[in-house]
Amino acid sequence: MLRNLRQKKMIALAVGAILTMGVFAGCGGEKKEAGSEKAKVYQIGVLQMVQHGALDDSNKGFVDGLASKGYKDGANIKIDQQNAQGDQSNLKTISQRFVNNKVDLIFAIATPAAQIVANETRTIPIVGAAIVDYKTAKLVQSNEKPGGNVTGTTNYNPPKRQIDLALKLFPNAKTVGALYTSSELNAQLQVKAMKEYAAEKGLTVIEATVSNVNDIQQAAQSLLGKADFIYCPTDNNLASAMSNVAKITVPAKMPVFVGDETMVKTGGTAGISVNFYKLGFQAGEMAADILSGKSKTADMPIGSQAEVKVIINKEAAKAIGLIIPEELMKEAK
Amino acid sequence: MSDLIVSTVAQGLLWSVMAIGLYLTFRTLLIADLSVEGTFPLGAAVAAVLLDEKHSPATAIFAAGIAGMLAGAVTGLLHTKLKIPALLAGILTMIALYSVNLRVMGKANLSLLNTDTVYTSLAFLNLSPNMTTFVVGLIIAVLIPVLLYMFFGTEIGMALRATGNNPQMIRAMGVNTDNMLLLGLVISNGLVAVAGAFIAQNNGFADVGMGVGTIVIGLASVIIGEVLFGSKSVKNSLISVVLGSIVYRIVIAVVLYLGMPPNDLKLFTAILVAIALSLPLFKAKWDSRKVGVKCYE
Repeated sequence: MLRNLRQKKMIALAVGAILTMGVFAGCGGEKKEAGSEKAKVYQIGVLQMVQHGALDDSNKGFVDGLASKGYKDGANIKIDQQNAQGDQSNLKTISQRFVNNKVDLIFAIATPAAQIVANETRTIPIVGAAIVDYKTAKLVQSNEKPGGNVTGTTNYNPPKRQIDLALKLFPNAKTVGALYTSSELNAQLQVKAMKEYAAEKGLTVIEATVSNVNDIQQAAQSLLGKADFIYCPTDNNLASAMSNVAKITVPAKMPVFVGDETMVKTGGTAGISVNFYKLGFQAGEMAADILSGKSKTADMPIGSQAEVKVIINKEAAKAIGLIIPEELMKEAK
Repeated sequence: MSDLIVSTVAQGLLWSVMAIGLYLTFRTLLIADLSVEGTFPLGAAVAAVLLDEKHSPATAIFAAGIAGMLAGAVTGLLHTKLKIPALLAGILTMIALYSVNLRVMGKANLSLLNTDTVYTSLAFLNLSPNMTTFVVGLIIAVLIPVLLYMFFGTEIGMALRATGNNPQMIRAMGVNTDNMLLLGLVISNGLVAVAGAFIAQNNGFADVGMGVGTIVIGLASVIIGEVLFGSKSVKNSLISVVLGSIVYRIVIAVVLYLGMPPNDLKLFTAILVAIALSLPLFKAKWDSRKVGVKCYE
């Protein structure tokens, strides 16, 4: 009996805690009504999968993109920033919180984040970023005409560009080593496209996959002496550990071609880059158009970066004894 | 607001299946089985692939359970036949399953958006998505503990419980404890894989990274449940685990709601579990003090 009583107390406590929250939430709501003579304040939920450079850039770009169209955090919008720290059960909790708070728009950074919110709501507009392929992830019906409540920008960077650049610098290359994370759909899709293009160009492809940052050195090591150059897709794991790759490749004079600016800066040799900040900015502009009622998610095509630029890490190039042709030097930064 | 409560409790009910799987190994066999971090996404992957190929949700969930049982058998054989310590055997299975899961799905992430799942099959009830999840969660969170309770009542079930409790005694009665350990791991991982199948359908995708942190979620649910709701008998324990899983979800939802930085969530979870584990000790101290006071009166 006493035991039961204690249990009842515990349940009562838990329920009480929730109700208290409700009261707090209620207070928040009343405040809003009090200020109803002012313009409406839009609630925006931002859900980021994990913390790292490229995703942080997307996030920053998004906030700035909104601001560029007159939606400033703390003035006419309120941004609720959430990060799941790579734990997918947190994604669910956070997305439910957004839906229950009836936010006006959700910004989802990385594929699983977008998938979970898309499954949680069919009505709240969702804008995505750092997602390579919206169609494969079943987020949209087609990239040109999404047809639902999801749209956004893609960081898809055709691997063709990296291979062409590599062949320009190493016309005699025969073999390319692909270094990427096996658990990332984004990386897999890019490598698949790269293999198709490499076959056209008569290149042989050797793959080395990693499952986390600890495998990177060994995987890079396994490509030495077998490949003429290494290709890395835009991959979260490698983005955080490019300097690790450089430790292995630079002494071995092995060039590494990447698809992201930060990856060139931290140890890649050269790359044709998409810029996550700009893509986030573009997503922010799209979100502003949705909020102002100018456009609907269903008809907004997935945005991609129009202009790409060649980026060369001059120090890394020098370290591996690579001479860069004059014309490339001009367009590179 | 009520919607948030429903969705949080629904998540707790879904995750309780995994917690029960962990309870089986952690509390009845006294081994912390790390293979669940691999079997959870394995169940998700198997179910997702079958659903993607238009098989029925029942088939998908059943297959997920079978796959989980096989994985559990691997851990069990490593542990009993090759005499590898349970913790290590679990870790070995877990890392092996990473590759297996990638093979099963053929890629890192398989989307189930706009695919028929166990939840869409309940569309005829005309409930909100959260209510549907709640109903599914309630069914499995009642059905599975009941089945397990019935199993624990059988001769084999008793032998299994005794294996963790008093191996010498049960060996003296002519029961092969190795086989019992193997059986326990098989059932436990089957349950965890089934949980993975339900959660993946609820999330709208299966992903190889799904298993990260599941062992902590499961153990936290088991321990919180025991501390708050007792573990007097098997029936009591099973109910406690389900309630513990719900309380765990509520706690996480509350701290996020109150604006805790998500970066601190893992630290908070660790502290929460540590407190839950040490509560019985404090309670004993408190009780003995109260008794002491009575004597002087």
